[in-house]
Amino acid sequence: MTSFTCDESVSLCEGNMMEVCGSTDSCLREFGCEQSLLSRPDGSASFVQGDTSVLAGVYGPAEVKVSKEIYDRATLEVLVQPKVGLPTVKERSQEQCVRETCEASLLLTLHPRSSLTLVLQVLHDDGSLLSCSLNAACMALMDAGLPMSCLFCGVTCAIDADGRIITDPTAAQEKESRALLTFAVDSTERKVLMSSTRGSFSVHELQQCIAVSQKASEKIFQFYRDSVRRRYSKTL
Amino acid sequence: MFSRLKNKVGEVLLPGDEFCFDTDDTISLTESVKAEKVVCGPGLRRSGDRLVVCKSGVLRHKQPNVFWMDAQQKRYVPAKGETVIGIVTTKSGDVFKVDFGGSEQASLSYLAFEGATKRNRPNVQVGDLVFAQFLIANKDMEPELVCIDGSGRANGMGVFGAGGLLFMVSLGLVRRLLAPGSEIMSDLSQLFPCELVVGMNGRLWVKASSIQRTLIVSNLLQSCENMTATQRRELFKRVAQGAL
Repeated sequence: MTSFTCDESVSLCEGNMMEVCGSTDSCLREFGCEQSLLSRPDGSASFVQGDTSVLAGVYGPAEVKVSKEIYDRATLEVLVQPKVGLPTVKERSQEQCVRETCEASLLLTLHPRSSLTLVLQVLHDDGSLLSCSLNAACMALMDAGLPMSCLFCGVTCAIDADGRIITDPTAAQEKESRALLTFAVDSTERKVLMSSTRGSFSVHELQQCIAVSQKASEKIFQFYRDSVRRRYSKTL
Repeated sequence: MFSRLKNKVGEVLLPGDEFCFDTDDTISLTESVKAEKVVCGPGLRRSGDRLVVCKSGVLRHKQPNVFWMDAQQKRYVPAKGETVIGIVTTKSGDVFKVDFGGSEQASLSYLAFEGATKRNRPNVQVGDLVFAQFLIANKDMEPELVCIDGSGRANGMGVFGAGGLLFMVSLGLVRRLLAPGSEIMSDLSQLFPCELVVGMNGRLWVKASSIQRTLIVSNLLQSCENMTATQRRELFKRVAQGAL
């Protein structure tokens, strides 16, 4: 599944090659993913949204240090490595968001006193980094065969100065926006598992963004289904 | 629900997909209704009156009423009764600690070998390979291995491994090797004679007549994972011609 950059002019929406448009329709950039690309981790996946690309690796259920073990659940640890430099406080807050989403959807009680480690490596950041990380994390957890109660996906919305809602913004659009909202949506009931926001917006705008994210998540879940189906088609 | 599950056999399902009881197809005033029993295997969980898929994979069915998710995985989770290859890591008192690739090490008592008594201890050193089966394997307790079956006989289990090569493959390939009537095993047996120990934790041990042949067999098995049946047969044929 290759990805190539879309230019900024308006183009037809066909398949999953969609251009970011300025209306309140949920248009997403082209996305692609690949599973089981790393040989060492128990599960790995890479997710690409436009130019933003994140690689995820999952290890587990493995041995856990006695100081970190929880008697009735698995201990989930998330590490976000930025493209350049050491992890900072910004990466720590992204780790917290991803960890809370994963803990809500994984069945951790099936592996007490074990550790699950999820490592996310940012390969390129062109906007919507947190939602790309969430999508890569979900595909990697599925690839590792960890039991999950539902799938999750991340969608980012930006509200620009005119009040229009843009889904899956690029880095330039994020900079111009007055508010940036990221939601993690679950696959069974399309409920919001996690939200991370920056900037000022009204309650009405928040509800609009949630509705737009829920609509966009359907495309992402269909994409998950198609990629997993393609992966298992060789052994069927 | 049984019919709905039957319809989906062979399809790829994702975590979160569910099957629920439909009262319409169980109530019938004209025919006698039999209670349907569905046995769910790995990858399917019951929550209330619904059956939820919790691993992504292909839904498989075995007569009469067993359903499970066939998923590709690399990490092994212990289950009672499965035979695995373990490596002895420590010897503390009367118990050996064995690493089988899971989240914690399993314990193997020195009395759990054929013909072992308190005076006649088995000859097991740290670093030996053991082929054992799980006596206790659940999520809450430390797993326990034994090298004898219910009647006290070894049945192929015990210490092994002088010479030979141990390597890891995915769990799906191991299940395909151990399935009755496995094509990979029959193709391999026609190649050249070798000793093969298959552990359900994804570990295989191979020993052939020379080191080169051992390496050839291990490379073949590791590459079998991602090949279709025709590609595999072609590869085996090429190797058979090349080796002879």
